Amino acid sequence: MAAPQRRGGGGVRVRPWLRHAVLFPGATCGSFYTSDLRFVKEYPTLPTYRVLDLEGQVINPAEDPGLSQERCVAIYRNMLCLNALDVIMYEAQRQGRISFYMTNYGEEATHMGSAEALTLDDVIFGQYREAGVLLHRGFTLDEFMNQCYSNARDEGKGRQMPIHYGSKRLNFHTISSPLATQIPQAAGAAYALKRSGKAAVAVCYFGEGAASEGDFHAALNIAATTESPVLFFCRNNGYAISTPVRDQYRGDGIASRGHGYGMHTIRVDGNDVLAVYRAVQAARALALRDAQPVLIEALTYRVGHHSTSDDSSAYRDKKEVADWQRQDSPNVRFRKYLERKGWWDDAAEAHAKKTLRAQVLQAFARAEKVKKPALQHLFTDVYDTLPPHLQAQQAELQRLLEKYPNELNTADFETSV
Amino acid sequence: MPLRSRGYAAASSDEPQFINLVQKSSFLNRDGDAIFQDPEFSRISSKETKNVNYYTAVNDALATALETDESAILFGEDVAFGGVFRCSMGLESRFGKDRVFNTPLSEQGLVGFGIGVAAQGATAIAEIQFADYVFPAFDQIVNEAAKYRYRSGNQFHCGGLTIRMPGMAVGHGGHYHSQSPEAFFAHVPGLKFVVPRSPAQAKGLLLAAIRDPNPVIVMEPKILYRAATEDVPVADYTLPLGKAAVLQEGRDMTIVGWGSQLYTLEEAVRRAEAKWPDRSFELIDLRSILPWDADTVIRSVNKTGRLLIAHEAPLTSGFGAEIAATVSEACLLKLEAPVARVTGFDTPFPLIHEKFYVPSIVRCLDKMEALFNY
Repeated sequence: MAAPQRRGGGGVRVRPWLRHAVLFPGATCGSFYTSDLRFVKEYPTLPTYRVLDLEGQVINPAEDPGLSQERCVAIYRNMLCLNALDVIMYEAQRQGRISFYMTNYGEEATHMGSAEALTLDDVIFGQYREAGVLLHRGFTLDEFMNQCYSNARDEGKGRQMPIHYGSKRLNFHTISSPLATQIPQAAGAAYALKRSGKAAVAVCYFGEGAASEGDFHAALNIAATTESPVLFFCRNNGYAISTPVRDQYRGDGIASRGHGYGMHTIRVDGNDVLAVYRAVQAARALALRDAQPVLIEALTYRVGHHSTSDDSSAYRDKKEVADWQRQDSPNVRFRKYLERKGWWDDAAEAHAKKTLRAQVLQAFARAEKVKKPALQHLFTDVYDTLPPHLQAQQAELQRLLEKYPNELNTADFETSV
Repeated sequence: MPLRSRGYAAASSDEPQFINLVQKSSFLNRDGDAIFQDPEFSRISSKETKNVNYYTAVNDALATALETDESAILFGEDVAFGGVFRCSMGLESRFGKDRVFNTPLSEQGLVGFGIGVAAQGATAIAEIQFADYVFPAFDQIVNEAAKYRYRSGNQFHCGGLTIRMPGMAVGHGGHYHSQSPEAFFAHVPGLKFVVPRSPAQAKGLLLAAIRDPNPVIVMEPKILYRAATEDVPVADYTLPLGKAAVLQEGRDMTIVGWGSQLYTLEEAVRRAEAKWPDRSFELIDLRSILPWDADTVIRSVNKTGRLLIAHEAPLTSGFGAEIAATVSEACLLKLEAPVARVTGFDTPFPLIHEKFYVPSIVRCLDKMEALFNY
């Protein structure tokens, strides 16, 4: 031990603990002084939580969530249903019947596993590749189709691009295109839930690319300081359009950032539906018990193209994609689990695929026949009521419709009420 | 030489200190009950008033909002101890730390947070410390708050969100403590934007903004926080959004401004009346930038035939341009002269050159002369 320090000539003895504990107010987690000049670069790498191996076998029986046959089959059927939806809508875009689409291939387990662990009171904020969460909460095939077709039955009144779903009934806030904007919003919603005394959390999904936006940082920090019960669920699928994670960040993924915000954090195998379920279930309980945010990073792989406007073979090897599909498919892994339990077989698979495809095609045909929303909805809902300048602009459009009935044909649209 | 007041730098004898303009303004109520002559205030049942300054009126409105709405919360940078302009003094101890609290220093974060609170149906009152620092939240305001209702087909909205922000010149604010960013927001369907000119206006418009079912930005001219004092109704009341106020009626020229600019315009009108005794001037406080009260302005210009618009923000694409275009369309046959604008120059807001930059009394008078001589 060094001799007690003396200050000036007065011989004021500095209390010994001052030499160790750092008292600066910024050191909220406590720090100690050192005379070793050492930069920190290496941190322990965060492990990836897994329940099932690639053969659908439970690695540690104590970790099997013990979901019933009924729930497991419902989860698996929805994974297949999401695939059927994606196949048909992707083709519909290719045929020019809808303007845009984004598939969910490879990320089915993150959707169903997380959705299964939540209640309908929990409030969801998504990015855009979370259609399975909506499906599992009860969004109907007709609702998916109506939105993609921008028809008069779309709750969004045909205003947003396809796949920008939303459902008040299912507590799923409407998707918007700007990335990461929903992350601080989820923190605010969680704070409001906490104040209302409701036993519910906000859950916010986003990709690893969106986590580079300023709103990610802003959100995690404000959620931590305001003690908001929100689950931040990152889908780390390796790519943001063409950008591989190597160009996105240089740390230990997204999960390593949780520590910096003072947050409970877990990394999970996103192709393991049971691991995702267990992690989200535990995170939800933790968030509610402690009134704190939790960060979950689910590692997965984006099997499909980014969107219908993207050809991913321009920046990644087709073989890489095929390998992932063959070696680590979330659906196949869970199917093997079901088969081990004796809850699923080839016949069930064939029957499910056939009926789901038929259901999707029926909904598709129904949506295509519905007229487009009435033109008045170009103007409604900008504000709660129509201000005078919008009334004038609506009247101007009405005049033009009457003057140019051929050029501004409204036959495909519902008539105004 | 008199001591310089807090705020505007002392100028030449022709340019009185701003605080003197405010202190002698006839637009501030110093006569208790007189305010209830105004139809907008006459419906208030309690005739009790209290003489308070602008920040105290804001504080009163915030306390009223928190008291009458259990879901309402107030947050921002440094609001817990009372705010850097004292607008939230005493509110944390009165309403609790879960309702009045500091946020991390992140405008995009705290506005996004407020949108989320409001989207759950609660009332969120967010403070941006200076209007100059609203831009990090521009994406959240423009792409998110303003479009939340429209894009969801009215399934969700964040109408419970109000953003307060001190704006406009303060005498020595330089680039980043002086800006008037209203025109950036005037281009955003789905938002409302108001600029109250006095304590009684601030209380009524802020309460209206907080209770309006649409996201509203309230820009408070920071130079008025301490300078402007008037008798303000003690009762809980609101003033209409989207409505201008005619402060003085006249026949020969319409003058439109908002916020602290109105005190400069008031003095310019007094001098114009002395200079041209046979002319009279109609002075309009626009109050709301979005939606704005085009009817009141058009009606006035159709009567007077001349229009002068004055704002501190730069000329090009400033909100004056929108007013000028609308009036040109609606009043062409009544106009005796082109619509005139006196504004800040198309430069960043300067420090030492502020008095040459702002639409000062002399610049306004010069433009009035040009309008009469056209």
